[in-house]
Amino acid sequence: MSTTVAPSVTRDVVMPRSPLQLALRRFLHRPVAVIGLAVIALFIAVAIFAPLIAPYDPVATSWSAIRKAPSAAHWMGTDENGRDVLSRVIFGARASLLAGVVAVLIAAGIGVPAGLLAGFTEGWVDSVLSRIVDAMLACPFLILAIALAAFLGPDLTNAMIAIGVSTAPRFMRVARAATLDASSNDYVEAARAIGNPGWRVAVRHVLPNIVPPVMVQGTLAIAAAIIAEASLSFLGLGQQPPAPSWGSMLNSAQRFLSQAPWLAVFPGLAIFLAVLSFNLVGDGLRDALDPRGR
Amino acid sequence: MRGHLGTRIAQIIPTLILVSVLVFCLQQLMPGDPALVMAGEERGDPQVLAQIRAELWLDRSLPVQYLHWIGNVLQGNLGYSWRIRQPVAQLVAEKLPVTLQLGAMAFVIAVLIGVPTGIIAAVQRNKFWDYLANAIGLAGLSTPTFWLGIMLILLISVDLGWLPPSGYVPLTEDWRQSLATTIMPAFVLGNAIAAILMRHTRSAMLTSLDQDYVRTARAKGLREFVVVIRHALRNALIPVVTLGALELGTLFSGAVLTEQVFSIPGFGKMIVDAVFNRDYPVVQGVVLVTAFLYVMLNLLADVLYVVINPRLRGA
Repeated sequence: MSTTVAPSVTRDVVMPRSPLQLALRRFLHRPVAVIGLAVIALFIAVAIFAPLIAPYDPVATSWSAIRKAPSAAHWMGTDENGRDVLSRVIFGARASLLAGVVAVLIAAGIGVPAGLLAGFTEGWVDSVLSRIVDAMLACPFLILAIALAAFLGPDLTNAMIAIGVSTAPRFMRVARAATLDASSNDYVEAARAIGNPGWRVAVRHVLPNIVPPVMVQGTLAIAAAIIAEASLSFLGLGQQPPAPSWGSMLNSAQRFLSQAPWLAVFPGLAIFLAVLSFNLVGDGLRDALDPRGR
Repeated sequence: MRGHLGTRIAQIIPTLILVSVLVFCLQQLMPGDPALVMAGEERGDPQVLAQIRAELWLDRSLPVQYLHWIGNVLQGNLGYSWRIRQPVAQLVAEKLPVTLQLGAMAFVIAVLIGVPTGIIAAVQRNKFWDYLANAIGLAGLSTPTFWLGIMLILLISVDLGWLPPSGYVPLTEDWRQSLATTIMPAFVLGNAIAAILMRHTRSAMLTSLDQDYVRTARAKGLREFVVVIRHALRNALIPVVTLGALELGTLFSGAVLTEQVFSIPGFGKMIVDAVFNRDYPVVQGVVLVTAFLYVMLNLLADVLYVVINPRLRGA
């Protein structure tokens, strides 16, 4: 009997699992989060291989196929210009995913260094940065994004910048809180005590420890950024026609609700599925990285 | 309590000053010369351009421009609409009540859905109703406001013909028609906040249900309903009030899209129309007033937090 127990005990002692491995294990044990991840992978594949997958050119108009209901030739029907809705939904994934990821990279690029700086230095730098963040958070997210997009000019790049800048304060808050938490650890004190310069302690010892909460925030922020991009495109401040975007497709669908309801159904479903998947993965990551919060 | 409030008020003053700087800076992002936009067909006349620049103080340094602008704002002057040549403050005063009515109805709907669902989810933790509530909550968070609005118009107005698909009737004119035109947009707007409130309530209730006073209440033999509502919920609502107030920003953001979908002539529609008309003073005015309202409503939530939290009342 002892021979059957010994190997596993030995294995556990010899190969202790790192916190990252444990988190990954916990994440993989959450089926809904794994399904979310699979759907995201599918969306990414669709966006990358859009020219190969899409049955038609997404901007090619056809006057003989205006507002045709879903059929074998056009699975999701055609729009007011005779364009294939499925092809536009497939190509629309590019704008939405790109906007989601780029906006969050911009937000993290501004927010994480600012949060690290504020949390690590504390004092007046922290006070000034925190007040700026308070001021930005006082402007409701979408209203600030609309105002920025309006002043910068309506196109997808400016929409991504507007969403990224409006989201940055949230990253700064998360990074600051995580930095304050990590800075109180003994190994940070030890790194300071042996004479490491402040920036080195912050980058080498604190930064790696704030990655998990930033990752969770990042995943949930991509979901919010996809909705924000769709909202800006819906209002005419994002991707400009004829280039396909889920938000702008819903904008034009509004005019034909009674005649062509399918125009509103499919782009909306695509946004819903993409956002839901990122939310599921974000929730799964949060639970995996901090199991106490479950 | 007074000390706590005094500190909070002292904290919001620098925030409001920074908000005003931020809103003022928005104008600097504007492509081109504002005087050219305002001059319209007379843009070729240097005299007209110089006159407009002098009127708008554009020929002064940025700090001087800011001080002039903020001085006017403090006197209730948010500038003039470039398009319809009316004071922005007057436009805001006309549109704000519409959005406030919509927002208030949405918030009531959100509380009516979110709080009971959160309680049920917490009481039935890790059971069917908890999973269902969580699934509905997550779906609510993932549904774009404008898409839900379009789908409801399709179902309730186009297919069933129960409610008007768009438009707005003021409460003072005909309250029945007013409710008929705003109930669907208010539901759409309330939906996202209901999902967030559900999550906050569930989380706070789970913490509350685990406390000693709840165990004591159960040990005394009180009915489960009384334990949940009178003992657990009362304490769980304290953080929900503060966290709920933070979602007022979601309400303002959602109002922009909801008003656009349902053609409601409110604050949100005003900013979108202003954006397309390149009416920048109106955009600035809307952002400033929204941020001011948001800060004030958060202060109100803080006051409420102190009032309902007995541990802070005597502080």
